[in-house]
Amino acid sequence: MSQSFDDISAQLKRRHRKSARLKWISMGALGLAGLFLVLFFADMLVKGLPAFQQAQIQVEIDYNEDASRMGRAALDPEVSRLVSRTFERMIPVQLRNNPDLLGTTETRWVLADSEVDQYLKGNRHKLSESQQATVDRLVAQGDLALKFNTTFFTSGDSKMPEASGILAAAVGTVMTLLVTLAIAFPIGVMTAVYLEEFAPDNRLTQIIEININNLAAIPSILFGLLGLAIFINFFGVPRSTPLIGGMTLALMTLPVIIIATRTALRSVPDSIRHAAFGVGCSRWQVVRDHVLPLAMPGIMTGSIIGLAQAMGETAPLIIVGMVAFIPDVSPSFTEAATVLPAQIFTWAGEPEKAFVEKTAGGILVLLAILIFLNATAVMLRKKFERRW
Amino acid sequence: MQTDQLLALFCGTLLVLGLIAFFLGRAKAMKVRNSGTPMTAQPDQYAWFSVLSTAGPAILVGAVGGFVMLLLGAEIPTFYLLAGSLVVAAVGLMIGIAQVRPDFHARKAIERVIRWILVTAALISIFTTFGILFSIVFEALRFFQMHSFWEFITGTVWNPGASFLAAAGRAEEGASAAQFGSVPLFAGTFMITAIAMLVAIPVGLLSAIYMAEFAPKRVRTLAKPTLEVLAGIPTVVYGFFAAITVAPIIVDVAGFFGLDASFNNAVAPGIVMGIMIIPFISSLSDDVINSVPDSMRQGSLALGMTQGETIRDVVIPAALPGIISASLLAVSRALGETMIVVMAAGMRPNLTANPLEDMTTVTVRIVAALTGDLEFESAETLSAFALGLVLFAVTLSLNLVSVLMIRRFREKYRVTNL
Amino acid sequence: MSRHESSRPEPGQPVTRNADAHHELSIRVRDLSLWYGDSQALKNINIDIYQKNITALIGPSGCGKSTFLRCLNRMNDLIPNVHLEGLVEMDGFDVNAVKMDEVALRRRVGMVFQKPNPFPKSIYDNVAYAPRMHDLVSRKADQDELVEKALRDAGLWEEVKDKLHQPGTSLSGGQQQRLCIARAIAVQPDVILMDEPTSALDPISTATIEDLMDKLKRQFTIITVTHNMQQAARVADYTAFFHLGEIIEYNNTKTMFANPATKKAEDYITGRYG
Repeated sequence: MSQSFDDISAQLKRRHRKSARLKWISMGALGLAGLFLVLFFADMLVKGLPAFQQAQIQVEIDYNEDASRMGRAALDPEVSRLVSRTFERMIPVQLRNNPDLLGTTETRWVLADSEVDQYLKGNRHKLSESQQATVDRLVAQGDLALKFNTTFFTSGDSKMPEASGILAAAVGTVMTLLVTLAIAFPIGVMTAVYLEEFAPDNRLTQIIEININNLAAIPSILFGLLGLAIFINFFGVPRSTPLIGGMTLALMTLPVIIIATRTALRSVPDSIRHAAFGVGCSRWQVVRDHVLPLAMPGIMTGSIIGLAQAMGETAPLIIVGMVAFIPDVSPSFTEAATVLPAQIFTWAGEPEKAFVEKTAGGILVLLAILIFLNATAVMLRKKFERRW
Repeated sequence: MQTDQLLALFCGTLLVLGLIAFFLGRAKAMKVRNSGTPMTAQPDQYAWFSVLSTAGPAILVGAVGGFVMLLLGAEIPTFYLLAGSLVVAAVGLMIGIAQVRPDFHARKAIERVIRWILVTAALISIFTTFGILFSIVFEALRFFQMHSFWEFITGTVWNPGASFLAAAGRAEEGASAAQFGSVPLFAGTFMITAIAMLVAIPVGLLSAIYMAEFAPKRVRTLAKPTLEVLAGIPTVVYGFFAAITVAPIIVDVAGFFGLDASFNNAVAPGIVMGIMIIPFISSLSDDVINSVPDSMRQGSLALGMTQGETIRDVVIPAALPGIISASLLAVSRALGETMIVVMAAGMRPNLTANPLEDMTTVTVRIVAALTGDLEFESAETLSAFALGLVLFAVTLSLNLVSVLMIRRFREKYRVTNL
Repeated sequence: MSRHESSRPEPGQPVTRNADAHHELSIRVRDLSLWYGDSQALKNINIDIYQKNITALIGPSGCGKSTFLRCLNRMNDLIPNVHLEGLVEMDGFDVNAVKMDEVALRRRVGMVFQKPNPFPKSIYDNVAYAPRMHDLVSRKADQDELVEKALRDAGLWEEVKDKLHQPGTSLSGGQQQRLCIARAIAVQPDVILMDEPTSALDPISTATIEDLMDKLKRQFTIITVTHNMQQAARVADYTAFFHLGEIIEYNNTKTMFANPATKKAEDYITGRYG
């Protein structure tokens, strides 16, 4: 005897509830993942945004005899403790370079000590009661304020939080990535062109293909071991330099560029190749004049994404010695340098609380660059997307 | 400095020779052609051939000379080497020009060279893999000459403490204290990986199910790239996040339940690593679930199954090889992850089952062994390569198994886009 | 280069029963067999193709007519695992000889494909690319002239002369196909191969292309594959009927359609199968 719809529906209620539960739970999981992302960015913003502001103090500088030996003598003793020591150390140097200054006075805004900075931002600080009172008074007078932190973008690392910045690391990153790009892009594109357009389907080709896929899955730190054992110890490439860092990262970026280029080459339809062969192009001419130009946007997109990945990479660079205290911009590819993620790593290990803010600030800069790079890649893909 | 100038001079001269080759070659080819002799190739092709025959052998000689100097330690003064290659370049130039004959096929010659260059580029990937393998195996073997392999695999105490003394020739003072038992390191690695998987697999898989089966198309096209942002964040940033933000929270929560947690506990890096890995699982699983044929879903729905039952009993079992493959890739990724654990996990090798204690991992010890001013010959430095070798072997096999599983899935459903 | 003596006795049985003996030979094929891996796609093909005529290759799909066409300019080289025996001779040169440069061959034997496949470049560059690459023109003015002549010969000039720098893909399907023909004739080949050139087009474009073929045969030898027998009857001087990788019948078109010599050809022509 068959059941009526009502009977069946009654039995189904529980099963429908279960089905709905799966839907809500899975939706919750996606929401949770999204929540992680939001929390993470919020945390970084809260911790990092203050780094873009820095306490500065307006002081009167009296270039007297004593100041040429000890910079502090140029300042009012009440505020001298509140001024960054890097600034005090600059005064004797300035006087030596420019003796005419002796006997003059000057009033200007200078970097405040990082404890003052932390006090103003409401963080933990080590100022005494009387110093706090002075700071409060100076703020009320308008002689002490939080201003945009240009130092952060115009100087290298320093042992004093208020004077440290990301410039050296940023330049180091650019130099390292230049080396990476110079190696990985031509080799990657040539490999992909060979595999897609020239290679016969034989054993060697298959081995190369399997190899490339495996390379993409090897933990990045092992590339550091390779760089150390082969590039540094065997070939004698200088340690800690953009050259060795770039070479190591190039090997990691290679599979990304190869895979992206192969996808781009494969998306060029065969009819174009046949047409070109049909008018008497040789294989190389087909690739050079028709296939490569059409695949170029895809290749560029893949390379940008590969570069963005390389840019965030830290572990292999630690192994090849790119984590060092680098206060100045590296003058050449064969001298010690550091990169943004390595700078972040160094700062994260500093004991002073003020460096937490610097670390998060550096992270925000790094993330901003990465987002910019990836957005560029997406735009490129959108703009040149072609339907055949 | 002098080498730099010599090198610049060499490059400059080679460039000039190349230009000469190009224009001479073309001029000669034009002359022959204008005199009415039919030629097998075009003037530009002859010109490029001349350039190749000038620069190619010269660069090759220079490179080989450099390698001989490095490998065999032979002292060839840079000046003679570069001068020698320039002589080769000049000879190549003359041969190249002489080859500009009507019956010489310049285009084919150029294309053969291009093909060889491409093959060489493709071989670099193989060299890299073997480079990694050889460098690690070679140094690891040196380590196993100093310390027994058996002790390395089964020992429960990792204490490289004084091994640098042995390298410095003062073995009797501290060598007895150095112990390299890797069990605590692997225990720590697996503990943190397990915590990461506990976060990543449920969240990643359920997100994939939602995106593939329930979500409207708009949500899906937005959610997938958004989740992938998680995988694009540099690991050093996650490390900072784990150490500064998550670890204190874990300590507070544990304290609330009356438990004592270390600030370097294994839970914080584990959770953060899990978050990082979510997109590895969700994206691949989403692709796999999407490529389960619709006919299977329709078959189940037509039997009067609810959507949830269809997913649980038909879609997921069908997609299982792909999901397992994604999870294996994620495990391999977690095992090799370095920065999060370097920054948030402990340095102390600690064999314990309590995730709230501090513990260390393989990658942390590799970094610790290779930073600082250690002698490269010391057992501690070399131990990094022994650890690296194990890591390489484990991640490579996980990857291979994963590739095999996804291939089986692909063959089963004839999916081509995975 | 391996030059075959033209007085050499011809192997196999001549399959031509050609009344117009004054036509000059363009391509001579003897005992041509071709395998894709293990499966044989062409069996002992023997055929003589005459200059400045249109030869149509007809037959049911999968009969090997396109495969045969691609043997004539060695496009089959692009497919892995192709194995070939026998002789294809053009002007007395063995097309498949090791020393024969397939690029040089394709310069003399142009091709038009089933689906129009203009390069994603401007109309002008579509036509000018190959002559430029083969160094047929050196001055810009010569190049302009060559492009105009090719487009005029392809009957496209009047339609595109004001938009030469728009992309070739912006044209209609029929125009694209004529652009592909212009592209092929700009190289000044001897032979043009057409692989079902009108199958992707509407009837009006088809008629235009057929008229064009009729004009072009004054300058070029045309070999066309078609699945449309009316088309073969309309445009071709000679017709070869392929079946399961063999040539069943080859004759001048009038004879072939009015009085087929074989039962299979008759069945196909009268539409019993196809």
